[in-house]
Amino acid sequence: MTAPTTETATTETAGTATATTTTAATAAGTSAPPRPLTAVPGGTRSPLTRVEGPEKVTGAARYAAEVPFENVAHGWLVGSTIARGRITAIESDAVRAMPGVVAVIHHGNAPAINTDYQSIMGTPDPILGLFQQDTVPHVGWPVALVVADTSEQAREAAEALVVRYEEEPHDVVFSADSPDFYTPPPNMLGPADTAKGDLDAELAASDVVVDEVYTTPEEHHSPMEPHATTARWDGGRLDVIDSNQSTMFVAGELANLFQVEPASVRVRAEHVGGGFGSKMVKPNQIAAIMGASATGRPVRVSLTRRQMFTMVGYRSPTSQRVRLGADAEGRLRALDHQAKAQTSRVAEFLEPCASTSRVLYDAPAHHTSHRLLRLDVPTPTFMRAPGEAPGAFALESAMDELAVRGGIDPIALRARNEPDAGPVSGLPFAGRNLTACFEDGARRFGWADRDPRPGVRRDGRWLLGTGTAAATFHAGAGPSTASVTAEADGTYTVRINATDIGTGARTAMVLVAAETLGVDPGLCRVHIADSDLGPAMFAGGSMGTRSWAWAVSRAAGDLRDVLAEGGDIPAEGVTARSDTTEALGSLAEKERHSFGAQFAEVAVDTATGEVRVRRMLGVFAAGRIVNPLTARSQLVGGMIWGLSMALHEEAVRDRASGAQVGADFAGYHFSANADVPVVEAHWVEDHDPEDPIGIKGVGEIGIVGAAAAIANAVWHATGVRHRHLPIRPDRVLAAGTGSEGYGAADA
Amino acid sequence: MREFGYERAADVPGAVALLNADPEARFLGGGTNLVDLMKTGVERPAHLVDVRELPLDTIESVDGGLRFGATVTNSDLAAHLDVRRQYPALAQAVLAGASGQLRNMATVGGNLLQRTRCGYFADVSQPCNKRSPGSGCPAIEGEHHNHAILGASSHCVATNPSDMAVALAAFDAVVTYETVDGPGELALDDFYLPVGDTPHRETALPPGALITGVRLPAAPVAALSRYRKVRERASFAFAVGSVAAALDVRDGVVHDVRLAFGAVASRPWRARTAEGALTGGPATAEAFAEAADAELAAAAPLADNAYKLPLVRNLVVAVLTELAEEAAR
Repeated sequence: MTAPTTETATTETAGTATATTTTAATAAGTSAPPRPLTAVPGGTRSPLTRVEGPEKVTGAARYAAEVPFENVAHGWLVGSTIARGRITAIESDAVRAMPGVVAVIHHGNAPAINTDYQSIMGTPDPILGLFQQDTVPHVGWPVALVVADTSEQAREAAEALVVRYEEEPHDVVFSADSPDFYTPPPNMLGPADTAKGDLDAELAASDVVVDEVYTTPEEHHSPMEPHATTARWDGGRLDVIDSNQSTMFVAGELANLFQVEPASVRVRAEHVGGGFGSKMVKPNQIAAIMGASATGRPVRVSLTRRQMFTMVGYRSPTSQRVRLGADAEGRLRALDHQAKAQTSRVAEFLEPCASTSRVLYDAPAHHTSHRLLRLDVPTPTFMRAPGEAPGAFALESAMDELAVRGGIDPIALRARNEPDAGPVSGLPFAGRNLTACFEDGARRFGWADRDPRPGVRRDGRWLLGTGTAAATFHAGAGPSTASVTAEADGTYTVRINATDIGTGARTAMVLVAAETLGVDPGLCRVHIADSDLGPAMFAGGSMGTRSWAWAVSRAAGDLRDVLAEGGDIPAEGVTARSDTTEALGSLAEKERHSFGAQFAEVAVDTATGEVRVRRMLGVFAAGRIVNPLTARSQLVGGMIWGLSMALHEEAVRDRASGAQVGADFAGYHFSANADVPVVEAHWVEDHDPEDPIGIKGVGEIGIVGAAAAIANAVWHATGVRHRHLPIRPDRVLAAGTGSEGYGAADA
Repeated sequence: MREFGYERAADVPGAVALLNADPEARFLGGGTNLVDLMKTGVERPAHLVDVRELPLDTIESVDGGLRFGATVTNSDLAAHLDVRRQYPALAQAVLAGASGQLRNMATVGGNLLQRTRCGYFADVSQPCNKRSPGSGCPAIEGEHHNHAILGASSHCVATNPSDMAVALAAFDAVVTYETVDGPGELALDDFYLPVGDTPHRETALPPGALITGVRLPAAPVAALSRYRKVRERASFAFAVGSVAAALDVRDGVVHDVRLAFGAVASRPWRARTAEGALTGGPATAEAFAEAADAELAAAAPLADNAYKLPLVRNLVVAVLTELAEEAAR
């Protein structure tokens, strides 16, 4: 059996003449030639192109489904075609006889999986209890795995497998009017409801009131690289090559699910082509391990794009009622954000939309609430800015409506409502700088020249408008460990179990280590994404860089101190290690968030319903920026996703079958290059002297508020308020240009 | 996906012979649609006969019109000087479709035969009368916001996705083909069959026929023509409504006009009623709107696609108004 060519921290030879900066280079056992790192001029700090960039653009970087294994077999998952019911028969005999088929695994013969445990993310999603039951809770629920010699044979056999069901009536329609909404229990994000003050009284006493409902549809992550896993048993140890957001988390979950010692599981995720919340533990990992156990061969399971629409989670559709009441100057007297979302019948996931209102604005009467509806659908999950992305669309659209009705500039309205402390927590903010973002953005965007009247600017067939919105996202951190080694040859090796899901994490860690050590980044190599490296935060929640940089900078700082004492470096090098668990705990309890101001200019042809975004500009207060180059990429990427959310993204469910219609990239639209205009991302100085690391993370803030800025710009262009995403041609056509000043017409 | 045999045909008779040797064989052009459908199991050919290298890749002038072969790529067709001069709407239509990479692969023959992008058709776990005759049409009661408003039936409401074919319909294209019994041709009007109760039968091509090319008759009116496509993003999406139009205005009177609609029917929709209403009349926005309404009087929208009526009407008015203004310059 041949080992994969990806590298391991324990077997690498660190003594190559000149430092290479990726594990992949040393991995293949070759002495990688020295590579100059490309510094990019013009940033506030030292911008660095991705250290693994050459491997990625030449195809040398291996993703999970590409790592070669000898004698690998291929697993193909079979998803349920019914939305609710029971499997009555799986006619596997015919499929077993098909060319190349080596195993068919289903609820009748699958090994036991343990789902009775708690991890940092709570109880495992029941979909991970693969083939443990004959009941089916939604379309696409995995019901069998076919393993064959080739991927094509596995797919053909999987598609030929006849599964018989006893169907039960199902309901997949997310209707805000349903009587079945319930109040979810408190979760990691806090209680479902918060309330202070007398809403009715404050609304009644308000000079200006907004009371509207905003909706967002079901949306999917669909990272470019599909979920893929290769698993094998290697001398009693489970070796998993995977695409995920945390090898540590995945390894821990797999140890629990398969009831093996945590030390017996090794998970690596050398390169990951996007995650966005969807790449934690999913059926592909479980299936690959089951296949490996059943066949004694390495087994690879890759999901198809279509399977990704049912097996890896998505963002719930939302319906949000927002009520705002303000005095004549625009100071909020009442804020009520009621958010509804869906979950599956087998697990609970809450899209916490109203949490946005718990951070952005305060009012004497301030209420937020969440309600959930169980349907016969897949379980939703975290997706880029869970809660804030749809939540800010609703809240920041409502704030724009309040500004229009009150005759107040939208930026002035927000400045007038800067809270002194957390509206719900009462805790001080560690820093906001939201007003600074708006001021800098207004200057760069040219907001001062804006005529507030809607529907009065034309460029040929296009009506033009501009809009703005606020953004916020939590700035947290998780405990992490790291080590930094001074090698005898004068290079440095950083070990941190980070995952680079496309964000540039590897490069950021090189920069953090080099800056702390006071050495050239070209002397630093970094090993990441291997559960054997030890515990570290996952790449998610905009917490990765903040958490890992904390650990790396501490280890590098300690090493620097040791090296300062002088002396020779022995052959094995000098290593310093860190663990941030205690440091995190000593941080004072405060409201810690990043903030931002989004601006957009749109063109709308109301005769055809076409909306084109001409310009987007975002200014963010996101703490210390480690690498301006990749940080800008993340912010711009988030903003483009917001554009996509505003105009394109929408998963549609067929009421009769419960399946998604058009579950592929022909049917599920997101912005194409031609939709993406000039997009600028900037940041303001955002320094918290109490925060030893100062990094806040930029993974999610870019999407927050972007859709609202665009929808607000569409109002400014046409005079019609669009409260339902996406703003499709048919909706724009139906809405026309309206004539009432507030644009009360719904699309 | 099913294992399949693959052969590359050397000449037209050889291609036809290879196809007819296996009832489960399919011609492979650029593969931009067929291969996708094979991956999802909608198409399960036992054999592919690759016709992309056949000597059918020329564009030539014939009797004041044009003739182009079936293996001309979309990119080459759209870039050809005579196409751009004589039938600008055709070049625009082709460029409005797909992406640069796909247009480099896709061929004229394959473009004419591409299948609907109805989401139910593409999902083999769903009923679909077009894919599996008699199984039903879930789109009628289900998701149909981009389905047909004209010429559909209770058996199928899918639309033809081609942009190119809309312009070809406007310009009276003739499709030529080869069979084991010799060559033949079909006017585009007759090429696509009515839906009726046989949505799985899409064209009037004889069984086993290979499309060899398209002939466009001389059409001076086409020199002033336009294709406008509305879709749910700026590129790389199928139309939710489109119009190919050509206009010859003399002294404010419509001397000649061509109109065809896309994304409204199972076929490119030649708007002859509207053309008749306009010919000889004033070239005004009011007249354009009335003509569009006359054509759309036959429309039978479903619950969620009635927006296509104002969309097509507005497109007709906008495009013809632009052309009339250009004619006046």
